[in-house]
Amino acid sequence: MSSLVAMYSLFFAAIGAKSGASSASSPQTPLRIPLSGDRRMYVLSINGESHSVDVPADMPLLWVLRDVIGLMGTKFGCGIAQCGACTVHLDGQAVRSCVLPVGTVGARSVTTIEGVGATPSGKKVQEAWLDVDVVQCGYCQSGQIMSAAALLGQVANPTDDDINAAMSGNICRCATYVRIRAAIKQAASGKAQVLQTIPAGAT
Amino acid sequence: VNAPAVDLQRRRAIKVGGLSLAFVWLGAGGRAQAFINARPQSGDAAAASADGNPAFAPNAFIRVDAVGPVRLVMPNVEMGQGIYTGACAMLAEELGVGMDQIKVEHAPPNQALYGIPLLGEQATGGSTSTRDHWTVLREAGAVARTMLVTAAASRWRVDAAGCTVERGVVVHAASGRKLAFGALAKAAGALPIPPKVALKDPSTFTLIGKPLRRIDSPDKVVGATQFGIDAKVPGMKIATVKACPTRGGKLVSVDDARARAVPGFVEVVKIGNAVAVVGEHFWAAKQGLDALGIEWDLGENAQLTTAMLTEALAERSRNGATILGRQLGRKPDEGKTVEALYQLPLLAHAPMEPLNATVHVTPDRCEIWVGTQVPVRCVSAAARITGLPESKIIVHNHYIGGGFGRRLETDSVEQAVLLAKQVKYPLKVIWTREEDIRHDLVRPMYYDRISALLAKDGRPLWYSDHITSGTVLARWLPEGMSKEGLDDDVIECAAETPYAIPNCHVDWVRHDMPRGLHIGWWRGVGPTHNLFVIESFMDELAHAAGKDPVEYRRSLLANNPRALAVLNLAAEKIGWGPGSLPPRVGRGVALGSPFGSHICLIVETQVTPQGEVRLRRAVVAIDCGIVINPSSAEAQMQGGVLFGLSTALYSAITLKNGAVEQSNFHDYRNLRMNEVPTLEVYRVESKEAPGGLGELGTAIAAPALGNAIFAATGVRVRSLPIDRSQLVENADALGSVVADSGHGHQHGPENV
Repeated sequence: MSSLVAMYSLFFAAIGAKSGASSASSPQTPLRIPLSGDRRMYVLSINGESHSVDVPADMPLLWVLRDVIGLMGTKFGCGIAQCGACTVHLDGQAVRSCVLPVGTVGARSVTTIEGVGATPSGKKVQEAWLDVDVVQCGYCQSGQIMSAAALLGQVANPTDDDINAAMSGNICRCATYVRIRAAIKQAASGKAQVLQTIPAGAT
Repeated sequence: VNAPAVDLQRRRAIKVGGLSLAFVWLGAGGRAQAFINARPQSGDAAAASADGNPAFAPNAFIRVDAVGPVRLVMPNVEMGQGIYTGACAMLAEELGVGMDQIKVEHAPPNQALYGIPLLGEQATGGSTSTRDHWTVLREAGAVARTMLVTAAASRWRVDAAGCTVERGVVVHAASGRKLAFGALAKAAGALPIPPKVALKDPSTFTLIGKPLRRIDSPDKVVGATQFGIDAKVPGMKIATVKACPTRGGKLVSVDDARARAVPGFVEVVKIGNAVAVVGEHFWAAKQGLDALGIEWDLGENAQLTTAMLTEALAERSRNGATILGRQLGRKPDEGKTVEALYQLPLLAHAPMEPLNATVHVTPDRCEIWVGTQVPVRCVSAAARITGLPESKIIVHNHYIGGGFGRRLETDSVEQAVLLAKQVKYPLKVIWTREEDIRHDLVRPMYYDRISALLAKDGRPLWYSDHITSGTVLARWLPEGMSKEGLDDDVIECAAETPYAIPNCHVDWVRHDMPRGLHIGWWRGVGPTHNLFVIESFMDELAHAAGKDPVEYRRSLLANNPRALAVLNLAAEKIGWGPGSLPPRVGRGVALGSPFGSHICLIVETQVTPQGEVRLRRAVVAIDCGIVINPSSAEAQMQGGVLFGLSTALYSAITLKNGAVEQSNFHDYRNLRMNEVPTLEVYRVESKEAPGGLGELGTAIAAPALGNAIFAATGVRVRSLPIDRSQLVENADALGSVVADSGHGHQHGPENV
């Protein structure tokens, strides 16, 4: 099964490469993965605010956000970058915070679901999500919205293939995928999607 | 099939069509003394008082304060199915407020105030909520509206008949006077409860039947919704837990030397079959847990495998004692025999929100923060474990990040209470996804032998379904078993089909799983199992008769206009009929009438030469009676069908050495965005009472897909999940490149 995990990692790395939703490391600054116990103070820029945290370097950003800073909108779903519920932005790029060691964040700005509405693409996506009435249980939707906002931040008018590439790392167990796709298109185009039950323009 | 009037005088099972849990428990020996009611009940005043002591609380659902939005208390839990929006629409329609003028609250545990007659307790499941509350919630709104109007009319000294209500304001048009609900609340609260109220004529509905956006979305899209896992309690610490990998095993010893070195480690807490590490944060707890040296007593199931379970089921199917489910007529002496064996696997629920509970046990009380489908069961369990009286157990329910039946169980809450009572601080216990997959109360396996006799013209004269499985009901609600020992859920949608088939024999062999391997409710319950068998087999019969599958079903529906209408609508919308589809592309139809609704799904799928199944298109037609919120009905079909297709394609829980082999979303897979077909939902307008929706789409998905695969390949799908190795076109196909994949990474690398 471990080979399967490895293959999946490649699978999602490939998605990231295509959509720009890459993992934390960038080619310019190869990052040292810190060892457990390498604990120090990190100053994180989160949603435009500076937060100092005293945590182990290998602690995933997800748990820093949730259990140290108290931003609960970013969700735990799998812990192995399989479901995307924990998606946040690092300098506008979608990353899975459940596997992102806080020690690798550095000076890059972190945006979470609580702050993404302040970005143009995040605002458009959240509005479209409401208009299309996407959510069901809603637990995965923080991550879905973050992935969609990152996509629109990079591709103004995504094709279906672009949407597949950017969104296939986000599982929705309620399977709201049909409306997620419609909402992304609406957010991109500004044009109300033709939905079967909600007339365009209905409030 | 509509729910008949409920007889509240005695305990009995009622038939409401496609419902597994239709029991009424009242009177002598019943589980509850009262159920939800539009008017006050004993205990209502106390509940209202505890809920901010509103100026006007005519029943358990409506709180009108002097200022602020009207507060509506939701008798069911919201786990994605949209019931908060639906329940609010029913209350608000009659009360006379806008959906933007209300605030919702989770109901506290209170069987008498929020117990649901169809389930016999305060629970959310079985697609029962709207069916059960359709009348009572409208009436609750009407009671409140009537009293507010009476209060206004009395103050103005005018005839109440001359007053109207609009958006939370009582208006007397003749004199131009107006008063908001808040200003009338105190006076309304002093009035007697009206014995009779008039409900609106459906033609005057302004909310019910209109597409409404969900009331819980605004918080959910900004990450502000509080799920159980988001509870913040001062002084709280976080634990994660590992239970014995084998079912029925025990904890022997723990070496925590390495764990103690983990930054943020707090302590190790043990219970009989599990160990938890407490940390200052989840990461410390997880690192600590991974660093433990744990010795387990693997127990009696240490050798158990799925093959052993299957063999035992097969053996019991051949030799076990049968319990009759339904006998109609007799087996004819002549006819063409068609027979088949169908098998369904164990399934996990895997809701997106991992199981969790936050518990604070003090000497005189126990407080629990959790998202649960069964709040009263949580109270009873915590009382049993702590020895505290039930009045000292406080459960704060939450929005639920996916239930699918998993949160009808209290095992994780019980475990959290057992752990928390050993520490002094509030303890939040979060299961990892691995723990969730490996320690689910899995959907039962089924082993069904089905056969039929066909007349010369292909019509079915008789069918027999010989079902072998465990039973969830016998553990979950033992009183629900019939006196003959039948679990009605097991035969639901097998004993009764939409079709005119003159003779049948449906029976069940009960085969309990090994001790420790608990089985649980899973989205769609009995119908998800039986519709796969019956509707796949109907396709086999059509094929054996040399008939078109839609035409074959149609010919058996002359006396079932509602089922016929959804079949016809789906067939029309997808353009069923002769025509050319590309090679290895096929369409499959399935029809069923579970949960008091009717549904037809037609799936169009392509099967690649390598055996890869590509979903191209799906068309759903439903008749769910009166629809409360068409947008929500559509959403439940979109999500429910995809949930079922995902399961049919990918899902099985298997055992090896007594332990579950799967662990996370890489090996307990889910449909992803790139695999989703075009999906259309159509509805037949109906004035019948509302039917259930939450499980409808899931229950019908697998047979439609299986039948589509048969149409595409000639390979009949008789067991789930779909075995793609059986769908390979020929030996050369596997060696060839997937030239037509188009979408690159479409199906994940393990398939190419």
